[in-house]
Amino acid sequence: MSKLEAKIPGGPLADKWSNHKNSVRLVNPANKAKLDIIMVGTGLAGASAAATLAELGYNVKAFCFQDSPRRAHSVAAQGGINAAKNYKNDGDSVFRLFNDIIKGGDYRSREANVYRAAEVSNQTIDQMVAAGVPFAREYSGYLDNRSFGGVQVSRTFYARGQTGQQCLLGAYSGMIRQMAKGKVTMYSRRDMLDLVVVDGRARGIITRNLVTGEIERHSAHAVVLASGGYGTIYYLSTLAVGSNATAAWTAHKKGAFFSNPSFVQIHPTSLPQLNDYQAKLTLMSESLRNDGRIWVPKAKGDKRHPSQIPEEERDYYLERRYPAFGNLVPRDVASRAAKERCDAGYGVGDTGLSVYLDFSRAIEKQGKKAIEAKYGNLFEMYEKITGTNPYNEPMRIYPAGHYTMGGLWVDYNLMTTIPGLFAIGESNFSDHGANRLGAGSLMQCSGDGYFILPVTIGDYLADEIRTPRIPTDLPEFEAAEKEAIDRLHSLLAINGKQTVTSFHKRLGRIMWDQCGMVRNEESLKKALGMIEELKEEFWKDVRIPGTAGELNQELEKAVKVADFFELGRLMCQDGLDRKESCGAHFREESQTPEGEAQRIDSEYSYVATWEYNGEGKDHKLHKEELKFENARIQQRSYK
Amino acid sequence: MDIKLKIWRQEGPKSEGSFVDYNLTGVSKDMSFLEMLDFLNKKLIENGDDPVVFEHDCREGICGSCALFINGRPHGPDDLVTTCELRMTKFNDGDTIVIEPWRAKSFPVIKDLVADRHAFDKIMEAGGFISVNTGSAPEANSIPVPREKADEAFDAAVCIGCGACVAACKNSSAMLFVAAKVSHLALLPQGRAESGKRARAMLAKMDELGFGSCTNTGACEAECPKGISLAHIARLNREFLKEGFRS
Ligand SMILES: Cc1cc2nc3c(=O)[nH]c(=O)nc-3n(C[C@H](O)[C@H](O)[C@H](O)COP(=O)(O)OP(=O)(O)OC[C@H]3O[C@@H](n4cnc5c(N)ncnc54)[C@H](O)[C@@H]3O)c2cc1C
Ligand code: SF4
Ligand code: FES
Repeated sequence: MSKLEAKIPGGPLADKWSNHKNSVRLVNPANKAKLDIIMVGTGLAGASAAATLAELGYNVKAFCFQDSPRRAHSVAAQGGINAAKNYKNDGDSVFRLFNDIIKGGDYRSREANVYRAAEVSNQTIDQMVAAGVPFAREYSGYLDNRSFGGVQVSRTFYARGQTGQQCLLGAYSGMIRQMAKGKVTMYSRRDMLDLVVVDGRARGIITRNLVTGEIERHSAHAVVLASGGYGTIYYLSTLAVGSNATAAWTAHKKGAFFSNPSFVQIHPTSLPQLNDYQAKLTLMSESLRNDGRIWVPKAKGDKRHPSQIPEEERDYYLERRYPAFGNLVPRDVASRAAKERCDAGYGVGDTGLSVYLDFSRAIEKQGKKAIEAKYGNLFEMYEKITGTNPYNEPMRIYPAGHYTMGGLWVDYNLMTTIPGLFAIGESNFSDHGANRLGAGSLMQCSGDGYFILPVTIGDYLADEIRTPRIPTDLPEFEAAEKEAIDRLHSLLAINGKQTVTSFHKRLGRIMWDQCGMVRNEESLKKALGMIEELKEEFWKDVRIPGTAGELNQELEKAVKVADFFELGRLMCQDGLDRKESCGAHFREESQTPEGEAQRIDSEYSYVATWEYNGEGKDHKLHKEELKFENARIQQRSYK
Repeated sequence: MDIKLKIWRQEGPKSEGSFVDYNLTGVSKDMSFLEMLDFLNKKLIENGDDPVVFEHDCREGICGSCALFINGRPHGPDDLVTTCELRMTKFNDGDTIVIEPWRAKSFPVIKDLVADRHAFDKIMEAGGFISVNTGSAPEANSIPVPREKADEAFDAAVCIGCGACVAACKNSSAMLFVAAKVSHLALLPQGRAESGKRARAMLAKMDELGFGSCTNTGACEAECPKGISLAHIARLNREFLKEGFRS
């Protein structure tokens, strides 16, 4: 039997989830109280799941590396969250949302999971509103929607430019309510360093207490990873700087397969890099593309101030290339088009690595007030950072690493290839195929956490009701703990000369140049060599001051960067395997005569799923074939 | 530019701390304040010294992690910004910059510039939520919310839990933080039912955790990076009193 059994329920697409919910086994309340669940991560996915599982009666132990669960990276999401409410009566439906996600993902995601994500989206909005999330409203008092990132209906709910903050705080409030009741125990300032597998089942984790340095063992009947994405592998990205792959990667090394690691979304509207010390790139919400027009000068290397460049000498290249969608083409298309113009010498700014995002026409047509109402805080943020005022001058933007579609492989129940280990939110691979649509992640994270995992995990735990509390003195815990401690000590023992960050920057540069917005066989092979060399140098020359027995931020970073070397290698291997272009994965060898991504369905309609084979060895590829019985397959075209 | 830094260094929760002076040369105006500290840390590490520990994550003013007391002001000399949003354009060549952690009894220092703000989660646990279980919510549009109310609720909901209000207050009161949550939820029909109870529970917890009481000096409002208004404290007081009459 293949390990990649997706366990998709039978029946018509629209009935699968209901059928499944009706057939999964339930755990009675008395038994739930005897079952422990570990939740690694308290972002939107983890917090909503922790709250819901605790309400159901399970005992939840939740972990995050920040000082408080309220600070998880989900807090930074700006633009919105999708649902198929069809409040605008513009023809939206669960099927249309499903179809848009599948198409946006360039037919590399699993139909049944995506349909379910669309299906539960409406209930998620209900839940959030009831929890006090202050979504934008119309004067009537009813909820407002906007159109967002590459779709033609208005289905995005938003809370000014701070949707993620409000959604996360909603989920956090549900979770702290359960903390007060003693049903969720929160372990903040903890890094998960390893997964403990006993008799083939996930039974616990090893963590480091980031304040005392103590290495701790935690056990449970099931473990859920909600540890977010790994876009920080590029060093500069739009993610919070602490975001990392370590939780997922250690699980991977313990047997959880990893899917589509090279599918990384590069977001088109980030602020360009200003200097060499920069620690992150700031995202400007893509809602700006609803009213902003993107352009570069028609003449190469035109260094005139934008106001000096007359209308007819501007190239609104997205409107030119994609008349149907214009500035609203999906993210991957917009990012590549910007890179294409800049690489060809038309970019603006000192470095030539940026393009204009211009609001002059929108201000002219709608008035400054209307634009201020929509984007006021974003304009302020832009001015604070760059010192220029976007009401008078176009913004400058450039693409940046943003979201990882790849992640741990999960079946329909969101369980990984390790029984009892689940993955939700950005940490799994499941819903966004080769490219994620705007406002789709918050939708997936909250759907996974509030409505899907709490059902599917019950089916697994129904077999566990006779398993007593898992003791932490089992040899498997001891071994995992020792491994974690040894790794910390070998990092500290290097005692070289260069900082962790300097290595991270160099790795990021390799990944960005060779395995970023465009890749080809040569660049990926080159990257493999470069990563290996840099990794060797790291293990010889990194300098980590201090000890393991104290608050040591350099050690924390080193653990994460050490894992990034290994993950980076797998990303390149994955990119090499997939010789087609699809979604955000643009293999230069596979493009249409007009320079668009060319999918090759006959050969690559699968989820590339990788099995760890031991230190330094090549991963083994398993393929989950994708079948499309409901979505209308097309070559993506936004012309 | 070249600057002088006076930074609070403290090895651990139980150790005594003190200010240590650093001369930092080659600082660029287009660095953010935290990038300036990254730059210092790089030099310290390369010289074999221990880097300065400070908290940060999103670096765009939304997570509430960063929390530095700079030249006598929480989040430094600029208005309406978090520490991570503060830019070196606010400083000049030759400046001396004093950097400390938040100082408040309820926020004990863990190391260097990191204070433990766990007490905020404890206050939230006491009542900073609407008691709605997953699955029991009515259809989202079944309860319209007047737009002005929704907007006002939002203005309160943007609190990032950074603790600058506490650090700014001579009584180390957490009143603005509590008020932001109580007000946000009291303004929404969904949160009304528990409002008075919530106000009392959160305030009681705040007292229990050793935060001081509010004497209306307004220092919190002046230093809050998110512009949370004192008007929310007035609403908190009303909610508190209403409950008093009821019980
Ligand atoms: C700037 C920005 C804007 C965005 N805007 C939108 C938007 O408008 N709409 C949308 O749908 N999506 C948006 N996204 C994407 C979306 O925010 C994320 O995909 C989503 O929030 C991820 O949530 P999560 O719950 O999976 O993980 P996260 O919120 O990233 O949480 C991860 C959790 O795991 C914990 N953790 C991680 N590693 C470890 C470890 N080793 N040990 C212990 N704990 C660990 C962390 O402490 C944290 O609690 C945006 C992303 C960015 C970067
Ligand atoms: S009220 Fe303002 S200063 Fe206080 S915690 Fe909230 S955001 Fe920070
Ligand atoms: S680091 Fe997140 S608010 Fe400053």
